[in-house]
Amino acid sequence: MATTDTEIDRTNPPEVDGQVSNEAADSTFAEVENEDRALPAIEFQDVHLSFDGRKILDGLSFKVMKGECKIILGGSGGGKSTTIKLVLGLLKPDSGRIIVNGDDITDYSEAEMMHVRKRFGMIFQEGALFDSISVYDNVAYRLHEQGVPEDEVEQEVRRMLRFVNLEDAIDKMPAELSGGMRRRVGIARALVGGPEIVMFDEPTAGLDPPTARTICELAIKLRDLEDVSSIFVTHEMNNIEYITGEYAAVGDDGEVIFEAEGKNLCLINTKILMLRDGNIIFSGTDEQIKKTEDPYIKKFLRGR
Amino acid sequence: MNFAIRSLLEVQETSLLVAQAARRLFRRPSYITEMLAQMDVIGVGSLPIIFLTGFFTGGVLTLQTFPTLKSYGAQDQTGYLVALSLVRELGPVLTALMVTGRVGSAISAELGSMVVSQQIDAMRALGTDPVRKLVAPRLLALLLMMPLLTVTADVFGIIGGGTVATMLYGMAPETFVSSVRFGITSNDLIGGILKPLVFGLIIGSISCQKGLGTDGGTVGVGRSTTSAVVTASIVVIIADFFLAKALQVILDMPK
Ligand SMILES: Nc1ncnc2c1ncn2[C@@H]1O[C@H](COP(=O)(O)OP(=O)(O)OP(=O)(O)O)[C@@H](O)[C@H]1O
Ligand SMILES: [Mg+2]
Repeated sequence: MATTDTEIDRTNPPEVDGQVSNEAADSTFAEVENEDRALPAIEFQDVHLSFDGRKILDGLSFKVMKGECKIILGGSGGGKSTTIKLVLGLLKPDSGRIIVNGDDITDYSEAEMMHVRKRFGMIFQEGALFDSISVYDNVAYRLHEQGVPEDEVEQEVRRMLRFVNLEDAIDKMPAELSGGMRRRVGIARALVGGPEIVMFDEPTAGLDPPTARTICELAIKLRDLEDVSSIFVTHEMNNIEYITGEYAAVGDDGEVIFEAEGKNLCLINTKILMLRDGNIIFSGTDEQIKKTEDPYIKKFLRGR
Repeated sequence: MNFAIRSLLEVQETSLLVAQAARRLFRRPSYITEMLAQMDVIGVGSLPIIFLTGFFTGGVLTLQTFPTLKSYGAQDQTGYLVALSLVRELGPVLTALMVTGRVGSAISAELGSMVVSQQIDAMRALGTDPVRKLVAPRLLALLLMMPLLTVTADVFGIIGGGTVATMLYGMAPETFVSSVRFGITSNDLIGGILKPLVFGLIIGSISCQKGLGTDGGTVGVGRSTTSAVVTASIVVIIADFFLAKALQVILDMPK
């Protein structure tokens, strides 16, 4: 059901599809050499950060290419949420550079960051809804701030809420929602207005499998149809399966369809990054991570 | 860090916050509705406690001064004394203390909870400046409402004083009113408006700064709320002394 009525209407003519798969092919086969050809959407260069003298990130360097959905894995407390906050400038690193769309944002002031953040969507791990305003106003927040006319706002809000399957909750207050509902409102709020870069911080934790699947489909659609760059933090193995194993395309009848990898020649623009003790211990594709002999990673993937 | 350095740092942070808020006040989009809502909460919402505080303070002033004045045969001056104490000192200071307790605590608890539940981060992530959206409207609302609340407290204090004087001590209402009118000068009124403006700034900036500086979860919210109320009350009382002195010099009042 989510495949039909939920298209995010930014212009995505069918030919974009072919282009996406080319990019994916490039970045999968000719990794390092070709990476500087395309501009990375997000780049970390030797980022260090400590809290109260405790090292959280210890020389983190990675790139998220344009149109890529980067999955970040890592133990609890490993610095995943912190990494995401650094991308948005909600925290500042102790040293190292953070580059977004070619601009070095490390030393940007809060006022300068405000402009950068307009192109971002962030889904907080805890939802972080504004609890003094209704679900409608939460989702409409960004549009209200931009002074969009109210009838357009309402249309967009309803569309986003329908997508996360929460249209009934439109007039509720955040306190009346369950944890999973709050998370979904947070997702709707982050995606209103069509951000170019989206941060998902464990968006599917605590959701039932069909809803979790819908969220993954959304991430896939953003990646393949809208060229959105994203970071997807998750612990759920089936999320990884979905995102690394399927791609979205627009079918002949204009509907979005999800196809498994390998059916057609199409390579998926997702890489996996694994953090441990503030460093990257794995970076590569899903096939590579499944074949790895590293005992920590093996244990992480299988749970024992 | 010792106490002096910490206090200086806090003064610096608080003034920076005020400067930021002032600079952002006129940028678009403007948060007029936000400010009106705050004015309603702060001003209209505080009216009942300000009525009560004013009325009974005026009443007790009469209660205590009338017998003393009477022993000098000056009981006709009761209204003068009550009005003078109220307009110059008790009105502004008591209003400020009541508003600190009611509004300052609420502001810092609200902002503090928003910090610990990551709503401030979410706001920043959505491209809104919390200083402009949250701090500026509260500061401005306090600045506008404090003088009005103070005048209300003064008026109800005088009414309270008059009630006690006429009902308990059998004074003629006209005597009381005319001694009030004789007592208050325009300089008193100017001082009575200037002080609450400064107090509003003190309460608003301290409670916003404490609220936004919250860390450490729910306990942290409690800590910053307490600290906001205590700090703002003390600063109000200390500032009152220096303001009184400054007004004496500037307005050339009898010293
Ligand atoms: N504001 C802060 N002050 C002090 N320490 C912090 C702060 N925020 C995070 N930390 C610490 O930084 C480390 C990384 O936290 P982070 O939230 O990034 O972990 P995570 O990888 O997202 O974990 P999880 O999977 O549980 O969400 C943790 O050990 C945490 O204690
Ligand atoms: Mg986290």
